[in-house]
Amino acid sequence: MSAIKFTEEHEWIRVEGDVGTVGITDFAQSQLGDVVFVELPAVGRQVTKGGDAAVVESVKAASEVYSPVTGEIVAVNEAIVDEPAKVNSEPMDGAWFFKVKLANPAELDAMMDEAGYAAFVDGQH
Amino acid sequence: MTTSGLHETPLHALHLELGGRMVEFAGYAMPVQYPTGILTEHQHTRAAAGLFDVSHMGQIRISGPDAAAVLETLVPGDIKGLAPGRQRYTLLTNEEAGILDDLMVTNAGDHLFVVVNAGCKHDDLAHLQARIGDRVTIEPQFDRALLALQGPAAAAVLQRLAPEIAGQGFMTGRAVAVDGVPCFVTRSGYTGEDGFEIAIPAEHGEGIARRLLAEPEVKPIGLGARDSLRLEAGLCLYGHDIDTTTTPIEAGLNWVIGKRRRAEGGYPGAAVVADQIANGTTRRRVGILPEGRQPAREGTSLTDAAGNPVGTITSGGFGPSFGGPVAMGYVETAHAGDGTPLQAVVRGQPRPARVAPMPFVPHRYYRP
Repeated sequence: MSAIKFTEEHEWIRVEGDVGTVGITDFAQSQLGDVVFVELPAVGRQVTKGGDAAVVESVKAASEVYSPVTGEIVAVNEAIVDEPAKVNSEPMDGAWFFKVKLANPAELDAMMDEAGYAAFVDGQH
Repeated sequence: MTTSGLHETPLHALHLELGGRMVEFAGYAMPVQYPTGILTEHQHTRAAAGLFDVSHMGQIRISGPDAAAVLETLVPGDIKGLAPGRQRYTLLTNEEAGILDDLMVTNAGDHLFVVVNAGCKHDDLAHLQARIGDRVTIEPQFDRALLALQGPAAAAVLQRLAPEIAGQGFMTGRAVAVDGVPCFVTRSGYTGEDGFEIAIPAEHGEGIARRLLAEPEVKPIGLGARDSLRLEAGLCLYGHDIDTTTTPIEAGLNWVIGKRRRAEGGYPGAAVVADQIANGTTRRRVGILPEGRQPAREGTSLTDAAGNPVGTITSGGFGPSFGGPVAMGYVETAHAGDGTPLQAVVRGQPRPARVAPMPFVPHRYYRP
């Protein structure tokens, strides 16, 4: 079983073993609007919790995607570079951004679970 | 003004009903997009017809025996030469030839019908009143509704409600009954497509909007797509691509200076404009195409191939019809030639780009 956690910056991270798969939430994609460009980190890059990791741009604006955790990028999803609209159509699964090998799994503890994030988003309206 | 502190257009309730995502723009609550999103709205406008609420813009009537000659003291356009029913794009300039606003002027017969930008309308009105208010009658109509119907199906749609507009050419305007309501209709717009702007008594704005939206070709379009459409069309956005720090010549708007006005002058900043026409400018507004897929947005620095700063992007984004990033901005004249390689510094990284002719998507205006 995998656990999914959420950040206040509207990223999700699904952890299996010591690797977390990161994407942006359905709420985030709906706020961004039509995604037209994605820039992903290089495999092997070290990222830090809350630090810049990727860029997503809609017709309207550019946004940073932050890494929810500290660690090393071990894979990226080139499919969303080729087809950025997937970020809008399947944000929670097919349009994952990158996989990161967790340096400190305890960073996950303070993050919101699915119910907590749903409540957080409700509070944003 | 409402409890949100924002002004609302006569179509406000309709925007909410249609699911418009409302944002602040020039003090108004305006829809940036509807649920289908900017990309779909943009493409729909180029394929069929889009309806835009532009009621936040300022409508002003200027009348009096010498209204055209008097307005010419504030703008470089040939207004005296504007035949009844003809419309022209012009500029309000200051003494340094900076641009105070860009505007549309139509000779409506017994008055000039002027449309100015929302964010400038109160300053424009004060400027007009201070400079020419003793010689002409100036009537702001800021409460009226203004709808833009744009796209290749716009004419067919509007003819169902206003048969008289058939054959009306690009950049003309006339008083026309639309669905029985007395309106002033110009064939113009801000998308590069054929289309109309319909000035409507406030109380009939929503009714005509609903009537137009009931036509199968028409969808509501927000400010987001309005911006991407005008950018592809190479049209300036006031406050971004032109402002008081840019002159008409730097902006590449030489064509707005009427031939007679070039010789005669007689508007604020005319000497500066004449000098720049004769001797050139140190910078120019140009189209810019970033290579690849990444947009280069407003404020992005431009350098030459060696990395020396040569300019700045003033509008940039993704062009849905163009199918890639498009931008415009100011560059030093030595780097303004079509095809000149540049670099756009996006998030600290230089990315290849080049100067390119505008529009990025061909205009499709109706010229019978």
